[in-house]
Amino acid sequence: MADGARPGCALVTGASRGIGAAIARALARDGWPVGVNYRSDRAGAEAVVSDIERSGGRAVALAGDVADPAAPEQLFEAVESQFGSAVLVLVNNAGISRDDLTPALDDEQWRAVLDTDLTAAFRFIRRGLKPMLRARQGRIVNISSVVGLRANPGQANYAAAKAGLIALTKTAAVEVARRGVTVNAVAPGWIDTEMTADVSKDLLDAVPARRAGTPEEVAACVRFLASDEASYVTGAVLTVDGGLAA
Amino acid sequence: MATVTTEQVEARVVETLASFGPDADQITRESTFEELDIDSLDLVELAQVVEDEYGVVLKGEDMKELKTVGDAVDVIVSRAE
Repeated sequence: MADGARPGCALVTGASRGIGAAIARALARDGWPVGVNYRSDRAGAEAVVSDIERSGGRAVALAGDVADPAAPEQLFEAVESQFGSAVLVLVNNAGISRDDLTPALDDEQWRAVLDTDLTAAFRFIRRGLKPMLRARQGRIVNISSVVGLRANPGQANYAAAKAGLIALTKTAAVEVARRGVTVNAVAPGWIDTEMTADVSKDLLDAVPARRAGTPEEVAACVRFLASDEASYVTGAVLTVDGGLAA
Repeated sequence: MATVTTEQVEARVVETLASFGPDADQITRESTFEELDIDSLDLVELAQVVEDEYGVVLKGEDMKELKTVGDAVDVIVSRAE
């Protein structure tokens, strides 16, 4: 891990596996104590924490469904008391998909995806900005999707949430820019995770790079946006998609 | 909730505003936020401090009504009672 103690800590939602787990590991390597949030996969989150601790980093697994309105306060308090410092890096990564073609999408599929992928991120940003504005520093990275930029049949709810997350990112970024707090979005394309395991491999033909990306390739971008070096990058959307949206 | 005095609230408001830039001795009840160069985001932060300490919720529409430091102190005291 990087030398030198960090002035605060990081919280990554949905970090028990896939992209979130890779992000938690990458931030820990950069010296951040990391809160590893999970909803159901406790074993996965504990494995991520063990990995980080074996590499000399600090991490804690934190249960909580981000869609619960009480989750932000509970998780921020838990991570802040665990590490004794303010959360200065927030990564809104937790997300779900409930795919169907628009005529077949029911209200519950719509609501569940909007709640978890968009409304929860808003609540975490609102809570996260408090300590960051006071500290005059902070990094928020929202994991959107290339689907928020480019159509993908069967994902109208997911696309609306992820596009909404980009708009939320831009407006929040502008509101707090003068306080040294940055808010950015990362828009992954097709990344090899459990979430994309069922997606038809034909889609790979549409990816100019002709392969799926890895969680680590997404995490590297988040790590950069969370770093001191990214201090003048705010309101940006960084696509990590092998050229899919280009 | 324990009653708060105007003096206590005024001291806390001045201290918070001073953390945003202006010198504490330059801040009086009659100072306007405009002349202190206190912007809308500063007022949101002030509202958070006030909510944490006195349980008084000040929304954006409340803040728009406030022109001077004294206005803010008075509304906080009246709602905290």
